[in-house]
Amino acid sequence: MTELNQLDLYKEMVRIRQFEARVLNEYHADKSPAWDIGAGLIPGEMHLSAGQEPAAVGVCAHLKKGDAITAPHRPHHFALSHGVDMNAMMAEIYGRTTGLCKGKGGHMHLFDPENHFSCSGIIAQGYPVACGHAMAFKRKGTDHVAVAVAGEGAANQGAFHESLNLAALWNLPVVFVIEDNDWAISVPRSASTANTSNADRAAGYGMPGVRVENNDVEAVFEAAGAAIDRARAGEGPSLLEIHTVRLWGHFEGDAQAYRGAELETLDERDPIPAYAAAIGLSDDQVAAIKAEADSEVDAAVRFALDSPVPTADDALLHVFA
Amino acid sequence: MTATETPTSEGTRRITTAKAMAEAIALEMRNDPNVFVMGEDVGAYGGIFGSTTDLFAEFGADRVIDTPISETAFIGAGIGAATEGMRPVVELMFIDFYGVCMDQITNHMAKIHYESGGAVKVPMVLMAATGAGYSDAAQHSQSLWGTFAHLPGIKVVAPSNPYDAKGLMASAIRDDNPVLYLFHKGAQGLVWMAKNPRSIAHVPEEAYTVPIGEAAVAKEGSDVTIVTISLSVQHSLDVAEKLEGEGISVEVIDLRSLVPLDTETVLASVAKTGKLLVVDEDYKSYGMTGEIAAIVAETDPTMLSKPMVRLAVPDVPIPYARTMEYGILPTRDKIEAAVRELAS
Repeated sequence: MTELNQLDLYKEMVRIRQFEARVLNEYHADKSPAWDIGAGLIPGEMHLSAGQEPAAVGVCAHLKKGDAITAPHRPHHFALSHGVDMNAMMAEIYGRTTGLCKGKGGHMHLFDPENHFSCSGIIAQGYPVACGHAMAFKRKGTDHVAVAVAGEGAANQGAFHESLNLAALWNLPVVFVIEDNDWAISVPRSASTANTSNADRAAGYGMPGVRVENNDVEAVFEAAGAAIDRARAGEGPSLLEIHTVRLWGHFEGDAQAYRGAELETLDERDPIPAYAAAIGLSDDQVAAIKAEADSEVDAAVRFALDSPVPTADDALLHVFA
Repeated sequence: MTATETPTSEGTRRITTAKAMAEAIALEMRNDPNVFVMGEDVGAYGGIFGSTTDLFAEFGADRVIDTPISETAFIGAGIGAATEGMRPVVELMFIDFYGVCMDQITNHMAKIHYESGGAVKVPMVLMAATGAGYSDAAQHSQSLWGTFAHLPGIKVVAPSNPYDAKGLMASAIRDDNPVLYLFHKGAQGLVWMAKNPRSIAHVPEEAYTVPIGEAAVAKEGSDVTIVTISLSVQHSLDVAEKLEGEGISVEVIDLRSLVPLDTETVLASVAKTGKLLVVDEDYKSYGMTGEIAAIVAETDPTMLSKPMVRLAVPDVPIPYARTMEYGILPTRDKIEAAVRELAS
């Protein structure tokens, strides 16, 4: 198992947060009118992952080049943590030709074959695709693993259940990750799922299931390490549910009235300052790490803004190979 | 494995369409370790409609994989494996079952190459049985190729005979794009279903390809053009041969592929005959018949010396009772009547 390095975990969480904070800022900076999500240099729906960094960082710490991730509509934390190039990702979010997908995918449809990373805007539909990555890894005789990520709302989709059965049946090297942020847009977990732990469902498919509480990056690291090692050793799939927190709206522009008083508790549930304190970082260290992340993000925004926008004719390319 | 000389459909080695499909898959599997097959009952059973006959015996359970009844999971797994460079041949038992897995087909299989700006290829074949004519009713008898041809990103082929079935399957497996391969149950040559003799025909033993996107002039003629696909090609040829004796010369165009569509062959034939009948076992509205009509109209409507005729399933689900089912299918009698009317 990869050795736990607290500073690395912290730095990676900060790197993701500064990326998301910058996207948040730039997304709203030039919206005119402000309510029009289709306006501005970054148009469209925007699902940011602030608060959920421990899930991505704790899992991806164990992944190596060639391992696959299928992520959902909220993909940035897993993408960055898995090594997807920040410049190309930012350029894709800005819809530029230098973007990961030449501006065709946008923030919900990021594809990076070099890092075997993809995401899908359709709930739970990344789970079957991850099984396919795992099938290919196994057939080729590699020890690579596939990680399938989605939210707790996805665990009530047929695709999730079919995939768990298939992966267990065929002993595929897959780790199914559920990020439980308590909310499927506006529907609380309590209104969608009778079982209080999706990890319990793993037993129904003949695989181990673990639920990690408290958005604890080190606990995620430990649990994910065991699951990924198990998959890599050819011992089959596992299910990992991570109780995390969505600090911001489901999408940018979501007023979140449905969260009521919970909104006031969010600051104290932010995992990043909590972890800085837990590992005893000084204010200077925190500031320096943040500045380093900001400088990488600044460069990514500059790269995106300096990149050409696609032409209308470019829309006609790439339907077929 | 590209043959230096394309073998022809002339010869005496007669096999069924089903066997021809399986033979193409076997040849590709021998040649490329990345090819594997999965689906429901594709293993020892050989596919409910014979599409994987004898593959299990040769390649074993590792490469000819029976799946649980989990179409979303195994089609999605095919997609994931294809993005990793494998070439899966995945069977959806009946095309009618698309409802339980359409997201994987249309939002993933069809779109990944485009969404990724061309960075990720999905070289998989999704094969499925189509078609009516044996009282399997509304949920097991549809053609539906028009539905999939409408959605960008999927090549769609539907062979009408054993020779094309083998060559199109080889092309589909070698293609870097997702290919939906629709085989008509009534054209498979199955021993347990009524069949047209054209479902058993000469197929060369060696590997060869039939290009995707090229229609065939199944029969040359000069008075009326029939444009059609799949089992309706067999019916149309029967009618054309019958009317030949009466001095009505019918040209039968077998589209073979709907995506890409060979408009050139269609237009050349219509320009020659000036009379067009489009026969389709799929639903009439918003489908193949309308598409062919639109292409003619957009190109040069004056090519037609008479209004064209569309013969397709009126917009109803496929009924069970034989009288009703054959009442709505494009049968030989209806094709013949339409040709006579156009030729008169």
